[in-house]
Amino acid sequence: MSTVLVLVEHTDGELARTSRETLTLARNLTEPVEGHLEVAAVGTWSDELRKEAAAFGVTAVHTLEHELLDADAPPAAVAEAVRQLMGVVTPSVVLGAASERGTPSFAHLAARTDLPLAANCTAVETVDDGWELTRLRWGGVLYEDAHLDAEVALLTVAPHQIAAVPATMPGPAELEPFTPELDEALTVARPVAREALSGGISLATAPVVLAGGRGMGSAEAFAVLEELASLLGGAVGCSRVATNAGWRSHNDQVGQTGTRVAPDLYLACGISGATQHWVGCMNAKRIVAVNTDAEAPMVTRAHEAVLGDLHEFLPALLEEVRSRKGG
Amino acid sequence: MRLLVCVKRVPAPGAKITLTPDGSEVDTTHLGFTVSPHEECAVEEAVRLVAAHGGSSTVLTLGPLAAEDQLRNAIAMGIDHGTLLPMEGPEWDARAVAGAIVDAVRVLEEDDGRFDLMLFGNESADAGNHQVAVRVAHALGRPVVDGVKGIEVTDGEVALRRAVADGHTVHHLPLPAVAAVKEGLNLPRYPAMRGRLMAKKATIRHVEPRHREGGLRRLRLRAPEQQRTETTVLGTGAAAAPAVADILEEVGLL
Repeated sequence: MSTVLVLVEHTDGELARTSRETLTLARNLTEPVEGHLEVAAVGTWSDELRKEAAAFGVTAVHTLEHELLDADAPPAAVAEAVRQLMGVVTPSVVLGAASERGTPSFAHLAARTDLPLAANCTAVETVDDGWELTRLRWGGVLYEDAHLDAEVALLTVAPHQIAAVPATMPGPAELEPFTPELDEALTVARPVAREALSGGISLATAPVVLAGGRGMGSAEAFAVLEELASLLGGAVGCSRVATNAGWRSHNDQVGQTGTRVAPDLYLACGISGATQHWVGCMNAKRIVAVNTDAEAPMVTRAHEAVLGDLHEFLPALLEEVRSRKGG
Repeated sequence: MRLLVCVKRVPAPGAKITLTPDGSEVDTTHLGFTVSPHEECAVEEAVRLVAAHGGSSTVLTLGPLAAEDQLRNAIAMGIDHGTLLPMEGPEWDARAVAGAIVDAVRVLEEDDGRFDLMLFGNESADAGNHQVAVRVAHALGRPVVDGVKGIEVTDGEVALRRAVADGHTVHHLPLPAVAAVKEGLNLPRYPAMRGRLMAKKATIRHVEPRHREGGLRRLRLRAPEQQRTETTVLGTGAAAAPAVADILEEVGLL
């Protein structure tokens, strides 16, 4: 009987969405053979979390208990704890979300176990001589089918590629605390300070993103997007061209090496739509492109397009929004 | 101080990535090559750190002979030395790449002294494995932070700012250390003509890498199925404003 181990994350007594997605993928590896779906978690475990884990078919919960494992625990310490737990539960597969914390934790786990690690997976199945999996490349515009040959498979799961679905049969989610032996040296990369972003609506979670690219022509031209953003409760984004030209801070950059956004509406102004940018906005529910070039990739991929000069269109839109808000 | 920057030669795709007929590779017939934006920033940062603190910088890559182009680009930006770990054939997986880099670092350090700081891109543009820097750091027993968007070196220590969803965390690592950096760390310079001429003449050191089986093997690449939707043209210029405002209402923003 095989055991699949998932490193889950939780905040405010709820499993992270990416962890629920990871549990859903992990369950495919335990079914139809009756296997164990066990989880490891850092931080205070609650009864609500137990219920949620049970609903996803979890058989056992290993809370990692050590004074060094708090909210600021560096990924090396989390990885070392999971490595030691692997010695006890002897899983065939260990998975986690390719999240801000999961990604470095699994890199450290891979380094500490010297096992191969497949990052950003969207599917996996057991085959005779290992596993076959699909993972994202180029920020998600390409899939790679790969074969993994390893003693234990380490996988991170790409966020928001799999719908999180509870199990048909809930699991007992029995609590089995685990206390690793951790050396003080593992905390060398622990944060010594935190700096919060200064106010405003975050680009990553804004319901509407008003983005500008090369066609904006100047830093000043973004003022109209700023004003629209404040009227609509959205955020201003930009392409790499706008960042490199010094018009906007990199914090505003949407794309493979910037921020990934998934707003209800993405307004792409003067952005041609290179792959680098497209992967950052392709998950928007609706895309409206404004461009002089009807053949620009951003226009041909958008749901709707406005052709012509954005310097004529944007002031008119601002006026229209103002008058509708006033009325 | 001594700095090492690791980069990877990747195609520079435009709006669409085309695959070879057998789906094994990206069709690069009509593409140029580059390094990831993260790595451009790593190169720029190394040049700035040497300018501020003295010392020397080295750029390293594992790749085909043609990857000397990417090394020379980094030298044109101000990096002092280039090292190529030559390989041909299919891409190595992250575990194999990290092993080869560790070997090479040991060779370079034995000859010229320890690298105080090693910089990597947070992930490569194409494979996106998110692990080579951490594997190398672990093998060499050095501390590492990923997602770095700020670097400040003081006496024997480096302060790293890691970008997180709601801001930054600050980490102080003793040197020698490793950082996996992200675009936004700085604004990379365009190489000046003089730099390019010098880079053309620079000697690239070759260190033969040893391949170990990594465990992850690519079978094929696939493009996700495009749900091709016809683009509705709402209008031209200012006349389209009411139609876009209607959409804003429809999605509940107005």
